[in-house]
Amino acid sequence: MTDIAIHTENLTRDFKTVRAVDALTLAVPAGIVFGFLGPNGSGKTTTIRLLLGLLEPTTGQAVVLGHDTRTHADAVRAQAGALLEHHGLYERLSAEDNLEFYGRVWRLPGPERAARIKELLTQTGLWDRRRETVGGWSRGMKQKLAVARTLLHRPPLVFLDEPTAGLDPVAAAELREQLAALAAREGVTVFLTTHNLTEAEKLCARVAVIRQGRLLAVGHPDELRRGRGRPQAEVIGRNFSEAALAALRARPEVAGLEVKDGGLAIDLQAEAEMAPLVSVLVQHGVQVEEVRKGKASLEDVFLTLMEEEQK
Amino acid sequence: MMSDIWTVMRKELKEIITLGGGSRGGKFSYLIVLGVFGVFVPWQSGRAWVESPMVVALWAWLPYFYTATWVADSFAGERERHTLETLLASRLSDRAILLGKLLAIMTYACGLVWSMAVIGLITVNVGFGQGTLLLYPPATAVAMVVATVLGSGLAASAGILISLRAATARQAAQTMSLLIFFLFIPIFGLQLLPAETQAQVSLWLEQADLAQIGLLAGGIVLVLDGVLLAAALARFQRARLILD
Repeated sequence: MTDIAIHTENLTRDFKTVRAVDALTLAVPAGIVFGFLGPNGSGKTTTIRLLLGLLEPTTGQAVVLGHDTRTHADAVRAQAGALLEHHGLYERLSAEDNLEFYGRVWRLPGPERAARIKELLTQTGLWDRRRETVGGWSRGMKQKLAVARTLLHRPPLVFLDEPTAGLDPVAAAELREQLAALAAREGVTVFLTTHNLTEAEKLCARVAVIRQGRLLAVGHPDELRRGRGRPQAEVIGRNFSEAALAALRARPEVAGLEVKDGGLAIDLQAEAEMAPLVSVLVQHGVQVEEVRKGKASLEDVFLTLMEEEQK
Repeated sequence: MMSDIWTVMRKELKEIITLGGGSRGGKFSYLIVLGVFGVFVPWQSGRAWVESPMVVALWAWLPYFYTATWVADSFAGERERHTLETLLASRLSDRAILLGKLLAIMTYACGLVWSMAVIGLITVNVGFGQGTLLLYPPATAVAMVVATVLGSGLAASAGILISLRAATARQAAQTMSLLIFFLFIPIFGLQLLPAETQAQVSLWLEQADLAQIGLLAGGIVLVLDGVLLAAALARFQRARLILD
């Protein structure tokens, strides 16, 4: 396998008058969990469909696992695994029958197929319920089974389209843990689309942010935080006088501040020390009770990017 | 390719059998069908059930009813239940998916109709055998097998084409139901003709070489099967199936 699992060059897809994916140029290194973030309708699912060769690009090119998706879509689908927008399970069949069918689709030999089904169902905690028809299961259980189906043939690359969407927080956290463990154990490249930024932060080694089909940023979550989101601090206390606020605004490390709910929120220019700023406040009569300093979350980065794009 | 077709067939048959006969009601409906065409009608017909070559027409016609429900569901139903896209994202080729579904439905319809034929034979032997073993004449048996295969093939390929185009499984099933009327046109159409013409047609049928008519009809159905299957293959486009 090449070091780059997915490479796109000006990948574009139009639906009549709507441009769903707009000149997307992206490189996904092999062996990592890559987060593809964007709000609803931003082109995430269309991108997956293009990468799987289920849709043809209007212009541009995508090379997945060394195969051009326009000319060798069959080869891409033969190697990749996909958990798409819907779990795609046959609800009239049992869990075991679902995996048995896809095991045959991927041409796993009989004994290997049986062993792999047992392994995955055991790992996902579904082995004891393997003979139940899937239709009666909870959404969380179905998603776990769908993940198992996606990994059944040990694909070097899997596409997961919002795998935790619609799950309750406990089920989502459980699935996330299993996803991370499975991905690490199997050593696959995971292309994960989500609009859950906590999920992306926990799972992804690199993330890309898109909006209206356009790539806004790409990089390690920390890089994006450093590049976009400002560090923040919160000071809890009393007597935030105008003089104290003016003195603070004059400091070069302060980008902005706001008094709210009995506290003071400070936007810092970079990774600034808090002690000199607290001294300024104390000198101006502020009674400081608590100081909290936090990094910008991926959510802050995401929102900043969305705001910038709108402007 | 063959193993992929068999994989899809196996899954389809499992779904049909699970849904059709999995419940108590489903098993009961199978019993009713087998009771009517395996016991009641053969009992009413007596020895003619085995001896008359006209019974072949029934075997060509019957598979339609057992094909219609399932074939409507084949693509439209999968799309509605959101299983189609996952199937299309797999390594299976277009032909393997399409032919696997088609052959599963044909196997189901033929299996059911041949079961009726065997039960009918037992019924006639029990009721009218009088100590001798009654069997379908070899020519009738062969014609029956060929007619069932061609009849189910026609219904399945037409149904798949309809299912590929339909927005929902219900819409596909409704279109399939409309097509049933075409099956009744020759029967009711004949009765609408003047008595004189009806007599002429009956006379022509009595004098005609039934084997020749059968071959001609079989040839026409075979060509129609091929045309409908080619149309279904042409219609099968992954992007279209996902976006429709």
